[in-house]
Amino acid sequence: MKEQANLNYINSLSGGDKSFEIKLFSIIKKEFKIEKNIYYDNIKSEKLKLCSENVHKIKHKISILGLEKSYKIAEQHENNLREGNSALQDKFSDILNNVTNYLNKL
Amino acid sequence: MNCIIIDDEATSRTIIGELCSSYKNLNVVEVFSNAIEAIKYLNQNKTDLIFLDIHMPDFNGFDFIRTLKDPPYIILTTADAEFAIQAFEYDCIVDYIVKPIKPERFKKSIQKVEGKLNEKVTATVTDKEKQQTGDDFYVNINKRLIKIDIQSIYLVEAKGDYIYLKTDHKNYTVHSTLKKIEEKLPDHMFLKIHRSYIININKIIDIEDNSVLIEKDIVPVSRSNRPELMKRLNLL
Repeated sequence: MKEQANLNYINSLSGGDKSFEIKLFSIIKKEFKIEKNIYYDNIKSEKLKLCSENVHKIKHKISILGLEKSYKIAEQHENNLREGNSALQDKFSDILNNVTNYLNKL
Repeated sequence: MNCIIIDDEATSRTIIGELCSSYKNLNVVEVFSNAIEAIKYLNQNKTDLIFLDIHMPDFNGFDFIRTLKDPPYIILTTADAEFAIQAFEYDCIVDYIVKPIKPERFKKSIQKVEGKLNEKVTATVTDKEKQQTGDDFYVNINKRLIKIDIQSIYLVEAKGDYIYLKTDHKNYTVHSTLKKIEEKLPDHMFLKIHRSYIININKIIDIEDNSVLIEKDIVPVSRSNRPELMKRLNLL
C-alpha cells in the first residue's frame, strides 16, 4: 500500500496563510518536476553520483510532504548511488510516481 | 538583525524566508541560489547572519565559509545530520538545523544567535569603556606622577581649585577639577551625586534621606541626582 502524503508540516509553517501555501506548492511542483527529469536523465546515462545529488534534493520534498517511510528509502538510495549501487531504483521510482500524483491533485 | 539565505533549492529558500518573516527583528536582505554570488555580495556588504545550505553543487557550504575573512554568525541548514561534527570546527557556526526545518526548532536557533549578538555587544561596550578609562590614571602631586588605581577610589570631592581623591589606601589632594576627573572614571562604577562629589557606587554602605555613607564619609546627595542614584542601586 502506498504511503499517504500529508500537509502537517506545511500547515505548521503557514499557520493557515493560504497565499503562502499556494506559493510554496507552486515552487515545489515546479522544482520537483525539474529534479525528477534530471534524475531520470542521469539514471539513463548511469551517472550514479549525479543521481545521488538529485535524490538528495528530492528527498527534502518527500519529507516536506510527510512521507516518512519513503524518505528513509530515498536516503538509503542516495547513499547507495554514491557507492555506485542503484538497487533501490524501482522502489524510488514508485515514490516519485506517488509524489507526482499527489502534487498533480493539489 | 540582517540576514542572507544561501541555498540552491528554491523550496528551501522559500521556507526559510517564511520562517524569518515571523521575526520582526530578522530582516532578510538577500537570497542566493549559489555560494559564488553570495561571496560577491559579502565582498561589498555586511550581514549579521547567514542561513547556509551545506549541500550545494560545485561550492559547498564549508568551502564557502573558508572564503570568508570575518564570517558573520552562520546557521547551517541541511538535509543530512552527517556534517554536524565538522560544523564544530567553525566558531562562526551557531547552529545546525536538519531539513525540513520546523518552526519551533528555527526559533531556538534564532534565540541562540540573539544570545551571541548580545554577548558581542556587551563585550564591545566593556572593551570600549576600558579603552576610554583604563584601570588606572596618574596624578601630578608635587612634581611626582602618582598612579591611582581606579577601583580603589571611593570618593572624589571638589574644593575650590583642588580635588580630594579618597582611596582604600590613601588620600590625595590634586590640582584639578571634578569635570576632568569625571572623564577618567568609568560610568558603570562612578556617579556624581552632588555638584562637589563623585562616589564609587560599589562602595556605598548605606543611604539615608539625602546622604550616602561611603567608607567613613557621609556625603550629601542633591535632589536632582537622587533619582539616578536610586536607579543605579540593585534594590530588592
